[in-house]
Amino acid sequence: MSLAQYSSPPTLAEAMQALAGGTGARPLAGGTDLLVQMKLGLRSPAHVVDLKRIPDLMALTLDDNGLRLGAAVPGAVVTANADIARTWPGFTEALGLIGSSQVQGRCSAGGNLCNASPAADSVPALIASRGVCHIAGPGGERTVAAEDFTTGPGTHCLGDGEILVALQLPLPAPRTADAYLRMIPRTEMDIAIVGAGVSITLDESGVCTDARVAIGAVAPTALLVPEAAAALIGSTLDADSLQAAGAAATAAASPISDKRGTAEYRRKVVAVLVRRAAAIAHSRITEST
Amino acid sequence: MSQPRKIHVSTTVNGEPKEFLCEPGQVLSDALRNNLALTGTKEGCTTGDCGACSVLLDGALVCSCLVLAAEAEGRAVQTIEGVAGEGRLHPVQQQLLEHAGLQCGICTPGVVVAAKALLEQNPDPSEEEVRFWLAGNLCRCTGYDKIIVAVLAAAADMRAA
Repeated sequence: MSLAQYSSPPTLAEAMQALAGGTGARPLAGGTDLLVQMKLGLRSPAHVVDLKRIPDLMALTLDDNGLRLGAAVPGAVVTANADIARTWPGFTEALGLIGSSQVQGRCSAGGNLCNASPAADSVPALIASRGVCHIAGPGGERTVAAEDFTTGPGTHCLGDGEILVALQLPLPAPRTADAYLRMIPRTEMDIAIVGAGVSITLDESGVCTDARVAIGAVAPTALLVPEAAAALIGSTLDADSLQAAGAAATAAASPISDKRGTAEYRRKVVAVLVRRAAAIAHSRITEST
Repeated sequence: MSQPRKIHVSTTVNGEPKEFLCEPGQVLSDALRNNLALTGTKEGCTTGDCGACSVLLDGALVCSCLVLAAEAEGRAVQTIEGVAGEGRLHPVQQQLLEHAGLQCGICTPGVVVAAKALLEQNPDPSEEEVRFWLAGNLCRCTGYDKIIVAVLAAAADMRAA
């Protein structure tokens, strides 16, 4: 594999400097996308800037502010954390679905987001659980909602020299649970043809007071679907409300047909997965209270 | 374009300090095999799909074909060469032999490294857990059943030991 320069700066400032100025440098987190793309000749950066020596990108803190997950923390570290899995079972499962055990040793939620595949598994789950992206750049720090980070297949909102430092998941309100489901043509180790992330909040009488529904692999980016959430809010997640939420997801989808599935099939399945993920999130709340 | 400058890497392989010079674009599997003569790690697909190049990097199971060799600086690498004890096979290796869990053997080092990593964090996995854990280790010979049976038998051996 041809590469002129590798560096592993220990600070954000040095990494930003290395990445700025249109020099053809690419950031490296787990490399499970970037190195494959380089080997296949799809990308040929002049300089690979390894971000894993920067403490903020490898830090994981869980406190009253929720989870702050360094953008390069490997999936295996997240899925092995019982507190994270209990608080965000949907996000944890979604991240754990990426690739093999070996890929889990390297892949990261931040990398999954920055690779900007429309089918990225962790992204709908991140959006559903109100994920926020912490970005550092030459102009200072800023935050972007997870649903606004990706701008199209393979593209995102990071400007020149900017780095995705961490993802923040706010602590869920009481009686809140999330769930993620995906459809793949195989039983494992495949790319989603549809993904659905749902977060549900119930009041003490079992009425849904808040909801977030995000869908993946059915549009150029993962989408937050407020219309689907609106169909759930105020309901007890009865069959009619679930049906309406699924229909809203179908209406929001603009999928393509490819070797994994047709557009028609994806539009149909996205409704099914939204219904089922909402039902799973619902049962997670009722079973734990 | 001029030749890229080589990178000096100091690392630990199977507990021993090692140093090598690598190209910026050289991957760890290649450095292990060609710079350090540790040819137990196999190169299969070279794109992270087949698991033949599985090693542990600071304790994490990874495909060494998707790790730049320069990333190993200051880190600990464990390869198939470090699995067996003095004159004694690891239970996973022994049970792969007993159950004929290998034929051509190309996938075997990766299977052993991955299965050992599983059993160290989950001493009593279900068959399903073993199958999911090893889903990234492709074998074109055995049909997998013999590998799965061997890993479950090794788990039982290790629990009894």
